[in-house]
Amino acid sequence: MTDLLEAPAPAPIPAPVPAHEEEHHGPTGILKWMTSTDHKVIGLSYTVTSVIMLVIGGIFAEIIRVQLSTPNGSLVSLAQYNELFTMHGSVMIYLFAGPFAFGALANIVVPLQIGAPDMAFPRLNAMSYWLYLFGSITMLSGFFTAGGAANFGWVAYAPLSNSINTPGAGADLWIGGLLLTGFSAIFTGVNLCATVFYLRAPGMTMFRMPIFTWNLMVTAILILLAFPVLTAGLVMLYCDRHFGTHIFSVAGGGVPVLWQHIFWFWGHPEVYILALPFFGMVTEIIAVFSRKPVFGYKGMVFATLSIAALSLGVWAHHMFTTGVVLLPFFSIMSLLIAVPTGIKMFNWIGTMWRGEIWFSTAMLMAIGFLITFLVGGLTGIYLASPPLDFFTHDTYFVVAHFHSIVMALVLGGMAGLYYWGPKITGYLLNETIGKIQFWFLFIGTQVFTIPLYILGLEGMPRRVAMYAHDPQWKLLNDVSTLGAILIGVSTVLFVVNIVVSWKKYPAGDNPWDAHTLEWFTTSPPPHHNFYRLPQIRSERPTWDYNHPGHQAAPHGHHPAPDAVPADEVPVP
Amino acid sequence: MKVEAKILLGLGLFFGLMFAVYWRWSIEDAGGVMMFAGMLLCLLPGSYYYWWSRRMKARPEDNPYATQTQGAGVVGAFPGSSIWPFTMAFGAFFVVLALVFGVWFLVPGLFLMVWAMFGGTAEGRRGGKV
Repeated sequence: MTDLLEAPAPAPIPAPVPAHEEEHHGPTGILKWMTSTDHKVIGLSYTVTSVIMLVIGGIFAEIIRVQLSTPNGSLVSLAQYNELFTMHGSVMIYLFAGPFAFGALANIVVPLQIGAPDMAFPRLNAMSYWLYLFGSITMLSGFFTAGGAANFGWVAYAPLSNSINTPGAGADLWIGGLLLTGFSAIFTGVNLCATVFYLRAPGMTMFRMPIFTWNLMVTAILILLAFPVLTAGLVMLYCDRHFGTHIFSVAGGGVPVLWQHIFWFWGHPEVYILALPFFGMVTEIIAVFSRKPVFGYKGMVFATLSIAALSLGVWAHHMFTTGVVLLPFFSIMSLLIAVPTGIKMFNWIGTMWRGEIWFSTAMLMAIGFLITFLVGGLTGIYLASPPLDFFTHDTYFVVAHFHSIVMALVLGGMAGLYYWGPKITGYLLNETIGKIQFWFLFIGTQVFTIPLYILGLEGMPRRVAMYAHDPQWKLLNDVSTLGAILIGVSTVLFVVNIVVSWKKYPAGDNPWDAHTLEWFTTSPPPHHNFYRLPQIRSERPTWDYNHPGHQAAPHGHHPAPDAVPADEVPVP
Repeated sequence: MKVEAKILLGLGLFFGLMFAVYWRWSIEDAGGVMMFAGMLLCLLPGSYYYWWSRRMKARPEDNPYATQTQGAGVVGAFPGSSIWPFTMAFGAFFVVLALVFGVWFLVPGLFLMVWAMFGGTAEGRRGGKV
């Protein structure tokens, strides 16, 4: 242990594979974008595409909310409404939240955080992106077919999704798009696992990896466990629709509930595939902007691993009301998952505790994530109890619960963009507009979800374009629509911020005095990432290098924040 | 390598335990089969890594006291820019359209995919450039 307590080596040591310039005479313009195998270019493509998907899904959401602002709204027809809520869910889950987390930010940040020159399989990585883009185009092109886009809900329950109840090309395009994006996710999972297992820099042991990288590795394992099940299920669904099989239809001896088992066996691990990367993002951000190391690093890692382990045994809590699932098993497992999530929440607060908090936009977004996620997480515990779920299933209570969760993820994702954006572009975003955006997004989220909880408890069902003439229901729906509009304004502000701060505020290598290796290289990083690497002796090598007077202490032995001299705290 | 192996083995054993409980207790089979498959998916690479980790020297990235010079040398082969991932995915796009709009889409789809397979393989030997 004495070696760990040494001050880090003052002189940088050359990296194993120094960044080089030899590829820089390669193609430019659109051909560069199409042929690049550089993880940073691919990550940026993923970021832009997935944010466009967020905007498309958001437009669907705004239309849905405007339709629901009056009991018998006539903005869209009933059939169009079915398409809209189906595609809103599908775009947000399949095309935004997942690819944004394990495609966009993971691609950019994970190789940088472990000191790797690139992802393990750069060409496979490029193919993941193209499969994702073509999958997205396939799914959305349903709107241009005669029958319209898929309209059976984002879960495509049998027998509603069979060829009699949902004929037409839109549903098939939905299945096809998911096949492509599913393979894209599987390849990304393989790539992330291989990168983390084989391309770490010397001294970067597993228990020195940043929490973001840890979470992405666990996410990758979950992708490999879950996504093949969905792909298999989609093939079965397609066979039922077109080849006359009866896997999910009672008429031919099939079992409709089997689709739900297969779908949710993917679908619930998918919830953690979505959430874990964002947990990782806020962990990094809270630690950096509290000027402290992560509190309870190992606890965080084991909490992540236990969430992954438990997540494979909770799928049927979406199916309590089918009456054919083992209620106690799934209830116990779902309640158990609250324990590691609670540990994470405790550690996030512990990281901030007695820290020197810098309320940057990224930090505000991360705190917004904590609060919103807490609301969504606690209502999730109610839903894990079958007697409560029987009464709230398919009501707006469930809608409110998972929108609290996913809006927390949007807050976390925005935190990630404000935090890591300067690393990849070299320029900071405007903090004032960022903070205004935060307040719109945060307040909008609460104004949007809280009325939905009340509506759900009063019995308003999901997936309806019209509802009973009740003045209170109308009022609650109006408030919720107002929240959705505030969220929309925040997204516009984000775009305005990008335009306003375009190449205006140069970031420098390490604008946040951050901890991890990505801040050791230039912004944007050179081809193959690092000209040099510091000695890695703790989980925050860049901070150790920049603060040579301080001990690089092992876990649990960090100096008190009072001991940090004031002149070491950078001025924003 | 040992930590990676233990993570996968640990997850696999937990899935095995869950499978055993669920299989005994539940009346449906699909979930049990999927959990069993999940167990295998973790145990297979996990036991391979474990077997291998006991036979190899600790890599620099597993050594907490490693210096950067210990990792000197070639880390891996990283290809330059390549059009083949795009070609392959574009082919897959047409194959999926064949599922929806008609079998004739398979012609461009499979053509592009096979072309990308040969192109990518040849490029892998040469070391990649557009």
